Order: sequence, then structure tokens, then C-alpha cells
Amino acid sequence: MRLRVKLFAFLTRYRVGDAHRENLSSGTPFEVDLPEGATLADLLRALQVPDEEVKMTFVNGLAQPEDWQLKDGDEVGIFPPIAGG
Amino acid sequence: MWLIRVNMTDLTSSVGPLPDAYQHLGGRGMTSTIVAKEVPPLCHPLGPNNKLVFAPGIVTGTPAPTSARVSAGAKSPLTGGIKESNGGSSWAADLADMQVRALVVEGQAKKNGKFWGLHLLWDAAASQPKVEFFDASEHAGKDLFEVFPKVYAKFGDKISISGCGVSGEYGYGNAGIVYNDPAKGPTRYSGRGGLGSVMGSKGLKLIVLSREGTPGVPITDEALFDQGRKKMIDALRTHDITKPKGALNTYGTAVLINIMNEAGGLPTRNFSSGRFEGAAKTAGEAIFEGNKQRLGKELYNHACSPGCIIQCSNTWHNPDGTEAASCVEYESDWALGANCGIDSLDDIATMVKLCNGYGLDTIETGATIGVIMEAGVIPFGDSQGAINLIHEMGKGTPLGRILGGGTGFAGKAYGMTRVPAVKGQGMPAYEPRAVKGIGITYATSTMGADHTAGYTIAPEILGVSGKQDPLTPEGKAALSRGFQAATAFIDTSGHCLFIAFAVLDIASGMEGMVEECNGVLGTQWTTADIGRVGAEVLKAERAFNEAAGLGKETDRIPEFMRTEPLPPHNQVFDVSDEALDSVYAEL
Repeated sequence: MRLRVKLFAFLTRYRVGDAHRENLSSGTPFEVDLPEGATLADLLRALQVPDEEVKMTFVNGLAQPEDWQLKDGDEVGIFPPIAGG
Repeated sequence: MWLIRVNMTDLTSSVGPLPDAYQHLGGRGMTSTIVAKEVPPLCHPLGPNNKLVFAPGIVTGTPAPTSARVSAGAKSPLTGGIKESNGGSSWAADLADMQVRALVVEGQAKKNGKFWGLHLLWDAAASQPKVEFFDASEHAGKDLFEVFPKVYAKFGDKISISGCGVSGEYGYGNAGIVYNDPAKGPTRYSGRGGLGSVMGSKGLKLIVLSREGTPGVPITDEALFDQGRKKMIDALRTHDITKPKGALNTYGTAVLINIMNEAGGLPTRNFSSGRFEGAAKTAGEAIFEGNKQRLGKELYNHACSPGCIIQCSNTWHNPDGTEAASCVEYESDWALGANCGIDSLDDIATMVKLCNGYGLDTIETGATIGVIMEAGVIPFGDSQGAINLIHEMGKGTPLGRILGGGTGFAGKAYGMTRVPAVKGQGMPAYEPRAVKGIGITYATSTMGADHTAGYTIAPEILGVSGKQDPLTPEGKAALSRGFQAATAFIDTSGHCLFIAFAVLDIASGMEGMVEECNGVLGTQWTTADIGRVGAEVLKAERAFNEAAGLGKETDRIPEFMRTEPLPPHNQVFDVSDEALDSVYAEL
């Protein structure tokens, strides 16, 4: 299945080494192919984003836990700990 | 410790000891107590019977980190209710170091185009502060970026400044009280609720504090205070959000743009969508990367006020590396950006700087322009048109005065039904339909639509202090109530509200805050007292509002948000009136 993925803030550093993604700015979507049935945790592993640096994961605009099972066409946003106001 | 009263009617002042009943108050607790006790709830906010109260927090002026905060309070010309508007500046610490726990400005100078300034300084011979009046008329009608250098030139470098801009002279509902930033610029604000106009209505333009010789804040129990301070520092330095080169220090508060957009809760084009296609271009990350490109190096953020170790204030730079504006906060960035359909950081920064120069609240300004864009005065996305509208406000033209009245006022003038305001105050940067808890805070806060009054965004969006589903109304009245009470305590303590991100997750930090307060005051509070002390402040504010005619019927979200589904989640605001009423009924 194919996902549209966005990495935000500090997490953009995990694009380094991937020629297709290296120069994308924060929040720019890119496509990722994963086997059917993959979860958010599988996606983080595939992207080599360390679990402990991830605070919030959104699937189609809704926050979901890491064992959330993804579907073809899902849009995923991955955030480190952030705040403001 | 002193309470200073200034009477603008006869230009007199008195410096007296702080009454016993006020010994354990500071910040918002102090301003709201005095306003509730001394201001007739039905008085005209711009008349002689309103009072403008300034109070540093309990630990302000001490070495407690991130605590140079001041509360300004009065009856609000924007909402008609009580107002506390919080700002960070050396002005706060200087007032505290003069051992002034409350400065109460009363009466009204005779109107003849004359404006006065106050100069507070330490009288070493008498061992107490003293007040001098000076003629500030030369500064009337001027841009604050012109005024501040002249005031420094007159009084020297060892001062702090507060004042109002032309917006406060005009009497706008949208007029903040300005304070100096660390670079002596007029960019720190008690922005919300029109308090700049309360100041201007009294014939008061400036309050200058001289820090020379001031004795500092006495601490009753040094050891306890130090223990608390260390716990607070540890919490702030270790939490991912508040630590050096953490999210706030790197990206500033505008780091929220992307996550609010992702969650479908970034109000766009006058609250008609929760998603803005230009969000990423205006986000904190874009500010960081844009500065890096324009300056040729990474730029981390600075402190808005002395002693802050979070340091979240950014500066946006022009292509030639000169300063465009400081600070482009999340709320300003959103209000003048997504909410107006504008995606240019350069244009947003231009508008922020204009607001700072005219003394306008950026949130109220952007919320107002959003409504006016929907009315068709200028199209969404027209940043030059928006810049022109801010100039109209600064010039005091008839159109500018309509806009300066605030979101609710301008919406009425143009016959609009989609007006995002509660109690007349424009909504900040979170959509109530996409984040139900913050909508409850907007509806029920004593302040009108105010995100800082009970920031449920922390658990609803950011995963701070647990995680809660933003779309469900279940349990959110209690959540908002708890946040509102805890916030009233933090606003009383003198700490910046942003310490909450760390201390909500790190229990020892929360203890530290209470120990710092106990160390200063000699009280014996525990963390269990936070909610109780905060609730007392809220009850005083609520009683004032009810007597001013702002009962529970005004604790409501605008009708269109109950009937018009918001994309992308197609939600309406589905919190029942009973749930809204329970926030204060069960306080």
C-alpha cells in the first residue's frame, strides 16, 4: 500500500541519506510503500525515526496510537514534542 | 511591600503599605481582587470610575526562572467584563524589585489633548518608592517605535517602559498595553481586552520605572525558595518542549501552525476551514529555515524578559538580514496569516510590526480583518489590503475606528453573522469545532475568548498532561475547569504560563513552583492548594462579570459554529449548554 507521509520540525533530519526526501522542508509530503497491514510503528521503523523522538502521530488528521493499522492512501503526520500558544 | 495609588484626576499619588488582606496575592490574583473589590461593575470602562491595576507575580523579580511577568487588570472596554492581561518584560521585574506589589491608576485627567507620564523610582532616603508626573503630550499620536527611543534618551538606560499606543488614545476595544523588550523596542504586550484604552482614557501615556537602587524582592525562607527554584529549573531544562534548543527555543511558538493544521483545527479564512494550504509556509519551521537562509546561520530564539530560560521569542529577518519583526508569535502568525488567507511571512511580519507600533493586539486585529475580508471589504489573501487596513486603524479614520472596536464590533458594523468572538473578544488560533475543550474555555472564561485562560490544547492536541480526543465533548467541561483554575494560580505566581508544559508532566516542577511561592510569602501551600487558590481568583472574576451583566447566557459559542460543519472533520460545536454552565457551577 502507498502512504502520504509528512515529518515535522526536528524529525526532518531523518530524511538525510534518502535522495528523494533529503531536501524536503518540514511538512512536505512524500510517498512511502509498505506491506498491507503495516502499523504506525512499522512506518516509523521503515523511516528509521526513533520511537522516543515521536510525540504525536496523526492519520488523516486524527491522532492515533502506534499500533494503529494503516490503509492504502492514508495521510500520516509525525511530530516530535512541541508546544506554543 | 507597597501599594501605590495614582489619581489621574488631581495628579496625586500615595505610597502605602500593602494591606494585610493582599499579602498573599500577586499577578492576576492581585489585579482581579482589587478590580472586583474597587471597580463598580457597571461603570464605563473608559470613564473615571474604572481602575487600571498592575501587579507583578509572587515570584517576579526573584531568581525564579521565567518569571518576569506582570498582570494588568481593569474592566475591559472590549468585553465589558473583568480583564487580566499578562505580559513579559523587564518592566515586571523592575516593579517587583521596587517592592511594589500593586500599582493602581484611578480617576481621569481633564481632557485637553494632554497626556501624562508616571516615573516611579526608589527614594533611598525614605526607603520607599516614589512617583513623579511628567508631561508626555509630545508622545501622543506617535508610533511607539518613535516614542521608545525618546523615552530612553530622556530617562537613561536603566529603565523599563510601559504605555499605550495611538490605539489607546483613540479608545479602541483593540488596544494593548505595551512594555519594552530586551532590545528596548515596544514589542511586549498585555495585548488583550483593550487595556491600552483604559490607560489612554485616564490621560496616561507612559509609566517609566527606574531600577537604580531598588532593594529587590524580600524572600521569607531562602532555603525553601532555592529548593523550589532548582526543581523548576530542572523541569524546564529537561522537558523536550522547554529545554535549550528544544521546540520552543528553536522554532518559537509558531511551531504550532503545522500540528494545528494537521489536526484540522487551524482556523482558516475567518473560521471557515480547519486547514490552510499555506500553513507550512508560515510555520515556526519556515521561520527557522528562512532565517537560516537569510542570515547564513542558525538562529535560536531569545528571552522576552530577564531570567527566562525557555527563550521562545523569535525574530523574523528581511532578505538583506535586517530585522523585520520581533516577535512573530503563533497567535499573531495565525491571526494575520491563515485566518486572513495570507501565506507570506514577510507580509505577516510587516503587520506584526505595525500592530506593535500602533499599540494593537495582533489577535484581535487578525480576527477583525478576517471578518472584514468575509464581508468583502478586501478579499482573503490580500496582504497589501490588510496592511492598509491596519494603517487605517493607526490613523484613526472612520473605517479604522470601526475595525479598532474589535471583532464583534466590526462584525456588527458590517452585518455579519459569522463572527468568531465570545463576549466581544475575538477568538485565538484554535477552532472550537475541532478542539472541544478549548471551545469550552473560550465560552466560559471570565476573559472572553481566551486560549491562555485554560489551555486544554495541551492534552487535546499536544499530548502534554495525557492525551485526550479533541473531537469529543465528553469530560471536557471538567478538563477546562481544572485548567482554568490551575492557570489562575500560575498567573498569580508570576511564572510564564509556558512553564506549564514542563510542570504538567514533571511533578517535581509543580512542587517547585509552590515551594518558590512559599519561600517568598512564608505560606505553607502544597500542590493541592493550586486549584483552590486559582478557583478563588476565578470566583472573584466571575462575580464581577455577573454584576456587570455577563452571566452564563454570555458563556456561549457563536451560533454558526453550532450549525455549520467545519472541514476537514465536518464537526460542529456540540457541547451542551448544561456542560458549559457546569464549568463555573461546579467550581
